[in-house]
Amino acid sequence: MSRSNHIRALLLSIVLLLAFGAIWQIAVSMGGSGSAADMDPEYAALMGATAKGQSALPGPLTVLAQIWDHVIDPFYDAGPNDKGIGIQLAYSIARVLVGFGIAVIVAVPLGFVIGMSPLFYRALDPFIQIMKPVSPLAWMPLALYTIKDSIVSSVFVIFICAIWPMLVNTAFGVASVRKEWLNVSKTLEVGTLRTALRVILPAAAPTIMTGMRISVSIAWLVIVAAEMLVGGTGIGYFVWNEWNNLSITNVIAAIFFIGLIGMVLDLILGRLSRLVAYAE
Amino acid sequence: MSETQISIEGLKRVFPASEDDGDFTVFEDVWFKVNKGEFVCLIGHSGCGKTTLLNILAGLDKASAGSVIVDGEEVDGPSLNRAVVFQSHALMPWMTAMNNIAFAVTSKWPNLSREKLRAHCQKYIDLVRLTGSESKKPSQLSGGMKQRVGIARAMAIEPKIMLLDEPFSALDALTRGSLQDELLSICRETVQTVFMITHDIDEALLLADRIVLMTNGPGARVLEIVENTMPRDRTRHDMHKHAHYYPLRNHLIDFLVERSAKFQERISAPDYDPRKPKVVRPGVVAPRTLDADADEVATAATSQARA
Repeated sequence: MSRSNHIRALLLSIVLLLAFGAIWQIAVSMGGSGSAADMDPEYAALMGATAKGQSALPGPLTVLAQIWDHVIDPFYDAGPNDKGIGIQLAYSIARVLVGFGIAVIVAVPLGFVIGMSPLFYRALDPFIQIMKPVSPLAWMPLALYTIKDSIVSSVFVIFICAIWPMLVNTAFGVASVRKEWLNVSKTLEVGTLRTALRVILPAAAPTIMTGMRISVSIAWLVIVAAEMLVGGTGIGYFVWNEWNNLSITNVIAAIFFIGLIGMVLDLILGRLSRLVAYAE
Repeated sequence: MSETQISIEGLKRVFPASEDDGDFTVFEDVWFKVNKGEFVCLIGHSGCGKTTLLNILAGLDKASAGSVIVDGEEVDGPSLNRAVVFQSHALMPWMTAMNNIAFAVTSKWPNLSREKLRAHCQKYIDLVRLTGSESKKPSQLSGGMKQRVGIARAMAIEPKIMLLDEPFSALDALTRGSLQDELLSICRETVQTVFMITHDIDEALLLADRIVLMTNGPGARVLEIVENTMPRDRTRHDMHKHAHYYPLRNHLIDFLVERSAKFQERISAPDYDPRKPKVVRPGVVAPRTLDADADEVATAATSQARA
């Protein structure tokens, strides 16, 4: 039953994909927006070939071919403005992992303290509540001014956006550890550190992992925007660069790769959370 | 046998006032003793502070007044000498049955070698008849098996005193019965001092040497202490045939149904001394009805208790 459902879902996915591709192809070949007719003549001259009745929006097959080109040669390096998409993605992933890693190192212990101490919880709550809704990109000018290095600044922005979900989830997970488990630990005269590592950490681990999963998703969303701002390298810069080249094909290809990497990151953390999950 | 191990002296617990309520006194002026190797049950209705009393004994809660003396020392926090079996088993769901017990054992003996640790835990797993389920997680165990692990965990640290908080109340009658038998045989073997909370009369009659009766809260007190006059080698299967069974049982039912609520008149009587709750021995003073007809025994006992 479940197996046949799997196959049916897969078939439906393929049908939807084909339908989407077909509509896309029809829309593009009909000319779409930006045709020469309603264009400012000067702008049309500037656009060259594209303006001659042909849309800049590529069809699905063009994009597929472009993606294939990226896949077979992802790591070429032909100067600062022409690097393979693999290199760009690697830069972005590295920034996300470094920023996220530092956020884990800060957020989990701090979340532990906040969760274990009602005093800290109350004292830090107003700061967290104010900082949490701030768009991480709002930190960018401040980061650029104080840090002065664009790459470190983008890592900082990732750090600042990844820290809140983990901090809040860790504090919540730690604070809501079942009292009876703590009582067991107390009656066994287990020390604070051992209780934290052997009881509270495993008890709160699923909640902490949920926080990490949210954080990594947000970090991956933010890195694209951050790299558009700081430039140089990374998938966000790639998208912006290809927009400047008016290579919509590459922009769409990049969207596909960004989605793919985001999915993989989420899958990895999903697997990790299954490792620490427990059934009561 | 008559050496005092736990002495509860003038214990009182007040919960601080809520917004529109005054201070809430759960129990006060509670005095009783538990001797070494003795099995004592505490019976009372919900809300009389049974669990609170046990938590104070365990060192998890603090008394508002009075104190608990264990082996000549005042209780001031939890101790590995007093093991607790929790009502809800309180096993760590991410650890296997073996590791739950090992967690307790390494807390008591941190420097045990791996083999010794395993052997020690295995001994207690075998004791509660869980051999073969060592590597199962609590979610894979039935309710009765979980509570067995809870008991094994408490016994494995070889405590001087075991404190049990309605350990079998969440189990079905059959499982409860077999666990009671096992607990009884384990306790007889190890001559363990046990203090257990229950609201199951038959459980108390089977297990306990003495049964402490607590009145209803708020302001609950110890009304009297019932001595179990049946021989210590009683079993679940033959206990009800003993001549003292019905007098004891009726006395306890009487208490739970009527007298626990009407305690005011009793404790305001001039001969009531909270420091020395009356010790009653139902059955012993009653005329021995050796006739095995249960109904007759019950009638005799009831009229005796009401007299």
